[in-house]
Amino acid sequence: MKRREFLAAAAGATAAIGAPGILRAQPAPIRIGEINSYTAQPAFTLPYRNGWQLAAEEVNAAGGVLGRKIEVISRDDGGKPEDAVRLANELLANEKVDALCGTFLSNTGLAVSAFSKQNKKFFLAAEPLSDAVTWSQGHRYCFRLRASTYMQAAMLVEEAAKLPAKKWALVSPNYEYGQSAVKWFKELLKAKRPDVEFVVEQFPALGKIDAGATVQALAAANPEAIFNATFGPDLTNLVRQGNTRGLFEQRAVVSLLTGEPEYLDPLKDETPEGWIVTGYPWEAIDTAAHTTFRTAYQKRFNDYPRLGSVVGYQTIKAMAAIIAKAGDVDSEKLVDAARGISMDSPFGPLTFRAIDHQATMGAYVGKTALKGGKGVMIDWRYADGAKYLPDDATVKTLRPDAG
Amino acid sequence: MDIVVVQFLTGLASASSLFLVASGLSIIFGVSRIVNFAHGSFYMLGAYLAWTLVERLPYGPLGFWGGIVGAAAIVALLGLVMEFVLLRRIYRAPELFQLLATFGVVLIVQDATLWLWGPQDLLGPRAPGLRGAVTILGQRFPQYDLLLIFIGPVVLALLWLLFTRTRWGTLVRAATQDREMVGALGVDQKLLFTTVFMLGSFLAGLGGALQLPRESVNLQMDLTIITDAFVVVVVGGMGSLGGAFLAALLIGVLHAFGIVVFPKITLVLIFLVMAVVLVLRPYGLMGRKPGPVAATVGLVTPLIGPTPRALVWLGLVAGALLVLAPLFVGDYTLTILSEMAILALFAASLHFMMGPGGMASFGHAAYFGLGAYAAALLMRQLGLGMPLGLIAAPLAGAAFGLLFGWFCVRLSGVYLAMLTLAFAQICWSVAFQWVELTGGDNGLLNILPSGWAQTRQGFYWLALVLSIAGILLLRWLIRTPFGHALRAARDNPLRAEAVGMAVGRLQWAGFAVAASFAGFAGGLYAYFKGSVFPTFISIPRSVDALLMVLLGGVDTLAGPIVGAVVYTGLHEQLMSLTDYWRAILGLIIVVLVVAFPQGLAGQARDWWLARNGGRA
Repeated sequence: MKRREFLAAAAGATAAIGAPGILRAQPAPIRIGEINSYTAQPAFTLPYRNGWQLAAEEVNAAGGVLGRKIEVISRDDGGKPEDAVRLANELLANEKVDALCGTFLSNTGLAVSAFSKQNKKFFLAAEPLSDAVTWSQGHRYCFRLRASTYMQAAMLVEEAAKLPAKKWALVSPNYEYGQSAVKWFKELLKAKRPDVEFVVEQFPALGKIDAGATVQALAAANPEAIFNATFGPDLTNLVRQGNTRGLFEQRAVVSLLTGEPEYLDPLKDETPEGWIVTGYPWEAIDTAAHTTFRTAYQKRFNDYPRLGSVVGYQTIKAMAAIIAKAGDVDSEKLVDAARGISMDSPFGPLTFRAIDHQATMGAYVGKTALKGGKGVMIDWRYADGAKYLPDDATVKTLRPDAG
Repeated sequence: MDIVVVQFLTGLASASSLFLVASGLSIIFGVSRIVNFAHGSFYMLGAYLAWTLVERLPYGPLGFWGGIVGAAAIVALLGLVMEFVLLRRIYRAPELFQLLATFGVVLIVQDATLWLWGPQDLLGPRAPGLRGAVTILGQRFPQYDLLLIFIGPVVLALLWLLFTRTRWGTLVRAATQDREMVGALGVDQKLLFTTVFMLGSFLAGLGGALQLPRESVNLQMDLTIITDAFVVVVVGGMGSLGGAFLAALLIGVLHAFGIVVFPKITLVLIFLVMAVVLVLRPYGLMGRKPGPVAATVGLVTPLIGPTPRALVWLGLVAGALLVLAPLFVGDYTLTILSEMAILALFAASLHFMMGPGGMASFGHAAYFGLGAYAAALLMRQLGLGMPLGLIAAPLAGAAFGLLFGWFCVRLSGVYLAMLTLAFAQICWSVAFQWVELTGGDNGLLNILPSGWAQTRQGFYWLALVLSIAGILLLRWLIRTPFGHALRAARDNPLRAEAVGMAVGRLQWAGFAVAASFAGFAGGLYAYFKGSVFPTFISIPRSVDALLMVLLGGVDTLAGPIVGAVVYTGLHEQLMSLTDYWRAILGLIIVVLVVAFPQGLAGQARDWWLARNGGRA
């Protein structure tokens, strides 16, 4: 590292004279720094990368933004928040990016958000669901695209409240996302249905569920319904053991994220039927905006889009829209432009709210079913995120600098 | 009552799976003394290969079981290749050094698996004839899990027969007790090691393949199983199959009941069990105390003399260049240099324990993280800034070093290392779980240094000066009578005792010193990153420190510095350059390990000595 810099310094004189001339031949591209957990969470992030690549290509094919191409410089944080901070630093100092975006896990998202606050650099959090991103730790420079844990829990509570069940079991991965999903689900459901009680809670370690024992512990409490927030391998194992042990028979299940193809598809013919889930029925959404996206995606990658693809795609589309509106890449102007901006997305129109910088991108709520040996979502509807956020007065209590 | 019975059976089924993997690890360790991190990778490969084979073969008992055994056999062949190509070249290296090579293999396998099978979880078919459940006391229990409950004891019995009724087994047991003697008696050790490694890999592959009808096949399987398997081996007593079986039962069953009573305990239960067992029985449930001879087997580490004049000059020039670095390098390079400086101090603190102290630690990140949390909490809870934070960090490290060290120094070798890991995991789970105080996995943010150190240059100079001061202090300590006494205790505890040294006290003090310097590095790191996360205490960070020390060379003073710089530099450069950074980093580690079995600094010293005529 040191030597490389030394050589660079030694050779610096020639480079400094030669390089700018070449670069000025055409307007320099707008540089967007992107960080995500590609090696740690590949099931979500690899389709996500396809998504943003497609968006960048589309933006550039249409002539770019402000007459300049956009260039996405991407980094893998390996799932470690401290590495994400270092890479944000590298993107800013070495790659001279104009803005930052990305991240998957809540802790990496919050870490990069804190970095963006310190450095006054625009940051669009793509996927981290933590409510803290836009509320308790929210600040001027950070925006979030994806519907938060609160919003998705609220969507499911709406359905859960209609069920006759009174005795609920809860199972969720033991980290921030799972803890706050459970917290909001209990709080919001209790507000709508004071008669419900929560008879058992299970918090398996993320990625390490002991599915047999967990299923048995849930069954022992004999609940009438189950709320699940596990996903990925934990969900797959929970479903397999639950099916074998009959946990889901005669019981309603309400399940966060399970309808996303990333997590639904591995279940194949074991997909339990009739679960109420949030997700993404990619085959069935036939709005013009979504059909265009799906066709382009399938043509480009010869694969179907996952939810990650939509998030990646819309992240870069949103960046382009914000830069276009700002007319500049200065972070202060980007923030001003992003507050309240509306745009189209494959899911329909969305707005980045001025009050808490949360996008109103929603999610699809429906039921799982088996079709031709694989899981699909049926009876689904689009839940617009705008309808599942608390009122402004509440947001102001949740977010210190709201307004 | 019915739940108790079914939960007990569920625990037994998990225990069988654990035992299969742990038995392979135990056999390999017993004979070759290799701490094989790649064992988890073989488990994962077993599951993936079984998935592929079973999907391809016609569905039926023959296709299914043929696929399972076939997958395990392929994994055994991969084990053969690894032993033949890699490990055979480095058996003579210092203790634990092979761990570095196996870690390289872990990284390579991770990327290869992603590349071959894709990112999505795979759910294999269920076992033919065992798809459903049986009803036991009104509760349903999977038929396949019943089969698993039997497979564990059957494998144990087969291994027992193999080890007691065949000549090969007798040789393996003999080698487990005293491999030098077995070699002296004319037994072909190479063949023995290769076959043992194959058997161990076969068991890992079988363990993974047998999970197919129970669980999804995914990319996290390797790291999920490897720590659990180590815990089982150590709790049972290293090299003892019966012990491993007992430990697997204990952990499997406790786990099944634990989550009913304390649902959040899954994070830490297995480490709590290990800590309790090792405190009560220092060599595991059925392990035997290794004879005093074992301590001096291996290389005689060279004495540490005064630093050669040329090295002093080199250090001074490097130091001067580093101090002037902000004049001619960019901001980001300064960030990397700061990180290297802090991690070099962290690695040096582990080296103090491992090298002169002779106590390897798999949980050194505990003190690093505790120092970081101490600094962060002072700022968060009491509003105290960096100067006090940097005083509190080493104190926190030392305090916990004294506490944990008191238990650890009664043990030795891998047992000691695993007990440090247990304590580290307990600290990690507290940091992770105590959300009100520590912010849980979201960590504590905005831990800013004092005003003058908030610029990159300012912090760089701070980190550089304090890290170099810390490292020099450690080097000085190694040369004091205390340091010499520590080395005496390491090289021959019996003689050290005989001349009146309190070996236990010495090691305890050494442990606490190392912990306090790690805590200091952690405190610096907290202000450097501006945040603290449970990952600061997690296993990967402990492993990183271990890799740095081993890569640099454990028996040189410059080793940890060289190791920290090279490892951090490689890691950072590769992560920015390529998606396949894990595979490339793994390959580089493997090549370095084979080329420089004394570590990088160790090799440099050997060259220097060879050229200048051996003044040690």
